[in-house]
Amino acid sequence: MKEASAFTVQVQQVAAASARPPRSRRRSLTPFLFLLVPVGLLLVFTYVPLLNMLSYSVVKWDGLSKTREFLGLDNYIQIFTRPELFGVFGVSLYYFAGAFIQMGLALYLATILSFNTRFRNLFKGIIFFPYLLNGVAIAFMFLYVLKPDGVLDSLLNGLGIGQAGDRPLWLGDRSLVNVSLAGVSIWRYMGLNFVLFLGAIQSIPSETLEAGEMDGASRWQQFRYLIVPGIRPVIGLSFILAISGALAVFEIPYIMLFGANGSATFVIQTVDMAFKFHKFGLASAMAVVLLVIILTVTWVQRRIAPDDPVDLT
Amino acid sequence: MGPTLRAGGYFSGLFKYGSLIAASLVALLPIVVIVMASLKTTNEFLLGGPLDPPGNWLNFDNFVIAFNAGMLMAFANTTFILVISVFGSVLIGSMAAYALSRFEFRLKRVVVFLFLLAALVPAVTAQVATFVLINGLGLYNTRWAAIVLYTSTDIIAIYIFLQFMRGIPRSLDEAAILEGASHFTVYRRVVFPLLKPAIATVVIIKGVAIYNDFYIPFLYMKSKDLGVVATSLFKFKGPFDTRWEVIAAGVVIAIVPTLVVFLALQRYIYSGFTRGATK
Repeated sequence: MKEASAFTVQVQQVAAASARPPRSRRRSLTPFLFLLVPVGLLLVFTYVPLLNMLSYSVVKWDGLSKTREFLGLDNYIQIFTRPELFGVFGVSLYYFAGAFIQMGLALYLATILSFNTRFRNLFKGIIFFPYLLNGVAIAFMFLYVLKPDGVLDSLLNGLGIGQAGDRPLWLGDRSLVNVSLAGVSIWRYMGLNFVLFLGAIQSIPSETLEAGEMDGASRWQQFRYLIVPGIRPVIGLSFILAISGALAVFEIPYIMLFGANGSATFVIQTVDMAFKFHKFGLASAMAVVLLVIILTVTWVQRRIAPDDPVDLT
Repeated sequence: MGPTLRAGGYFSGLFKYGSLIAASLVALLPIVVIVMASLKTTNEFLLGGPLDPPGNWLNFDNFVIAFNAGMLMAFANTTFILVISVFGSVLIGSMAAYALSRFEFRLKRVVVFLFLLAALVPAVTAQVATFVLINGLGLYNTRWAAIVLYTSTDIIAIYIFLQFMRGIPRSLDEAAILEGASHFTVYRRVVFPLLKPAIATVVIIKGVAIYNDFYIPFLYMKSKDLGVVATSLFKFKGPFDTRWEVIAAGVVIAIVPTLVVFLALQRYIYSGFTRGATK
């Protein structure tokens, strides 16, 4: 169809080149048509809920009835004053610490893998693979590993470490449970940081590093002054991911323990508050607080370490 | 490819490989143990320790039980949701990227800002309000709830396509327009076919995320016949509570597709995540 009239159209267009307006009117409609669905979905399913959430956070509502009771800032006050509610912030701290350890490990492993190492792809694959796994699968795996007389206990017995039969309750002990769960989180997510760092290190021009080596820089010096500045955007990104990840923890503690025994995180509590206790207002207020925290952290990070590429010359 | 820094000394080499091997063992141990558990009979499981290998490495009984207990249906549901959502994401993401990269128009900055802002908001935060919305739209307890949510929270796909579109020269567009093509034809015949690597990336990232997702199916698709892989496996915990070997089989069933995809598409997966993260 088009081929037949192509020539005539071409002629027409060349002739009409001077008469621009009709074309530009048609041109200006296209992007809107293309963006109709994406932006529409974005508005409806991201922004509408966000705005609604703000409005829900100042009422008392069970999610079902037609009536909502206006409470002002009452929900927010509750969040910051009732200990069982802001105890979840304490839980987040474990995951923050875990996030830092995670990044440190990832950076370390990525760096040593970038040195002249054999079996590079094998190690890379093995260390990355946990990241791809289903959260439920991981949760069950670690229930199996961490339960009393489970894998970890048997391993320690086999290695002769500590007292057999007198093992700490990795999941049962309130003071240990979050350490264990943060450990599971590290196991799960380190692979992604690792691959990101690896990719970033590999994109540092080799001349830079070879120059450093020829100047007699030790490996530590190479690391600190050449590698780290070269991958700063990725470090910044990983930092944001780690922090917002630590705040948004849900799957592992929920599937393993339903958030019991002091392992409840912020999101678990929000979900329980809404769907178990039918307090949509309070849950919404919690979600707003979480959102504000995450946005603040992101903003701070962008200020401290902006994502511009670094020139190493 | 990439720098090869020379590591000096025998001792540091030992330390280096030692760390890598240690990390690998830590990564592999939980997986290996669960695989072994899935192949044990109930007796073997109760009488032996978790580190003992199974008697018969080809004992698939537990897998049969697990499939019948709902994993088969879970795969059907997951596949349905995954295919449609990924298809939708690719279509919508590429269309949005085409519009944003090839055109200047008045509201463009606003649109870009909307997308950027939405990217900062983690999905988990707004779920309570989203639930009310989904419920109100009558989508609760349908597969479409998940599909709609997966295609609309689609920022990463748009960014990947946008970045990729910078590499497609406009001259190709213009040549096609000179031959009388409408913008839609340019999109369909010129741009879209050239986006193939980016499409592969999006398919992988979205695919993995959807396959593994527990949160959304858990909140929105509670009825029994709507289980996806994640939620069906989760439901194993009640009935099979004392039969870990069956739960283990369920876990292995859930993991095997991931392993297969990983081994087949390793390179794309790495480049996908690295590219997707540099937004």
